[in-house]
Amino acid sequence: MCLAIPGLVLAIEHRYDGTVRIAKVRFGGIVKEASLEMLPAAAVGDYVLVHVGVAISRVDEAEARQVFRYLEEIGELDELVPLQDDTAPHQRVGAGEGA
Amino acid sequence: MKFLSEFRDPALVERLVDELHRTVRGQWTLMEVCGGQTHSLVKNGLMDLLPPGVRMVHGPGCPVCVTPVPLIDLAVRLVLQHGATVFSFGDMLRVPGTSHSLAQAKAAGGDVRVVYSPLEAVAFAKAHPERQVVFFAVGFETTAPANALALVHAHREGLRNFSLLASQVLVPPAMAAVLADPASTIQGFLAAGHVCTIMGLDEYESIVARFRVPVVVTGFEPVDLLHGILMAVTQLERGEARLENQYARVVRPEGNPDARRVLRDVFRVADREWRGIGTIPASGLEVREEFADFDAKVRFGLEDAPEPSSGGCIAGRVLRGQARPTECPHFGQACTPLTPVGAPMVSSEGACAAYWHVAQAPVPLVRGGRHG
Repeated sequence: MCLAIPGLVLAIEHRYDGTVRIAKVRFGGIVKEASLEMLPAAAVGDYVLVHVGVAISRVDEAEARQVFRYLEEIGELDELVPLQDDTAPHQRVGAGEGA
Repeated sequence: MKFLSEFRDPALVERLVDELHRTVRGQWTLMEVCGGQTHSLVKNGLMDLLPPGVRMVHGPGCPVCVTPVPLIDLAVRLVLQHGATVFSFGDMLRVPGTSHSLAQAKAAGGDVRVVYSPLEAVAFAKAHPERQVVFFAVGFETTAPANALALVHAHREGLRNFSLLASQVLVPPAMAAVLADPASTIQGFLAAGHVCTIMGLDEYESIVARFRVPVVVTGFEPVDLLHGILMAVTQLERGEARLENQYARVVRPEGNPDARRVLRDVFRVADREWRGIGTIPASGLEVREEFADFDAKVRFGLEDAPEPSSGGCIAGRVLRGQARPTECPHFGQACTPLTPVGAPMVSSEGACAAYWHVAQAPVPLVRGGRHG
C-alpha cells in the first residue's frame, strides 16, 4: 500500500495554466507521469520517490552513500577480526612456550 | 546509483546478517509497523537469516487490513444502491464486506474500477459529468496527501460529481495503542519509512519518551530492513532507547512540508475504528467540513455502522503482533487469498497473505549462503 519507487526525472511539463508541474519519470525500463506538486524544488536529473502518481521525496545521494560507507566499514572489521583471532592467540601460545 | 538494486545486494545482506549475529546477546522482540516491510521480510526470506535472539512480529501497517467492514459495506452500497462509479486501489476489491466485496458488487453489475493513482479518478469524473464518481480513499499518511490532492484537483476544476469515501489512518496512535496493550511483548520498532517521508520524525520522539523503546525509521529493501534491525538491537543491547533514521536518503526530519500542508488543508484528525483492534482516538483523517461537497458520506447521506463480530478470525491479534498468522484455525483452510476470511489474507501486504504465499513457494529470493 505504501509502496513507493525511486525514479529519474527525465522532463517536466506545466499543466492547468502552468499551475501544476507533471514529471516524466523513468523507473527501470518504464516511463510514467508523476505530479510534482509536493516537490516544488524537484528538477530534471533528480531521483524522486513516487507513490500513487505523486512524487513525495527527492532521493539524497549523499545520505545513500553514507550507508554504504558504513556497510563497507563493517566489512573491513570482518576482515580484521578473524585475522586477530587466528594469529594473536598462536603468537601468545608460542611466546608462552618459549618462555 | 539507482537507489534500488544496491539495496538488494546479497553480499551486503550477508555482511549485515554476520554483524547481527555478532551483536545480539539477548532475546529481543521487534515490530515492523508497515505491511510493505512485512512483505519484504517474508518474501526475501530475511526472517530465516536473523539470529535466534531476534524475533520479528508484524504490525498493523496495512490500511486495507484495518479498514472496518462497515466502510466496505458503505462502498458496496454506493455501487449497488446509489449507482456510483467507485474507484479504488486494487487490494480493496476482494476484502469481504457483510454481503458483498467490491469485486462481488462489480460482478453483480456495479461500476467498480481499479486505479494506480487517485488523480486518474478525477480525470474520469471530469470526462464523465453524467456519472457520480467516488474514490475509496484508503491509506496511511503516505497515501493521504495524494488523496487530498485528488480533492484539490476536483475542487479547482469545479467538479460536482467527485467525492472521497475516506478510510485513512494514522500510524503513531496505532503504535502507542499496540505498546499500551498489557499483552504487548514489543521492545523496539521499525517505523514505516514512507509514512515518515511525509510526516517527519517529531511524532516518534514522544513514543520513544513515553514507552522507552528504540524506534528506527527504516526503508523497505533487504539491506534497509537488516540495517534497521541492527540499529534497533544495537540500542537494546546497550540499554538505550532513541529515535534513529536508517532511511535518511528519503526521510527528512521535517518530512515533506508541502504534503503536510495539503493534508492539513483538506482533512481533519478524528477518532477511528481499526478492523480487529477497535477504536483508537485521534487516529483517522476525515474530510474537513469546508469540503463537505466532496465527502461521499455527506453527499450520499451515509451513516457508519458498528463492526460485526470476527467469526473466529484472529486478525486483531495478528495486527497487534500477538499471534502469528499460522496460529489461526482458518489459516490455509477456510481462509486463503482466493477465499479470504479476514483482510490480512487479502492484501498483498497483509501478514496472513505473506505467510500463505511463502508457504506455497518457500524459495526466498535473497539468501546468504552461509546461513541458508
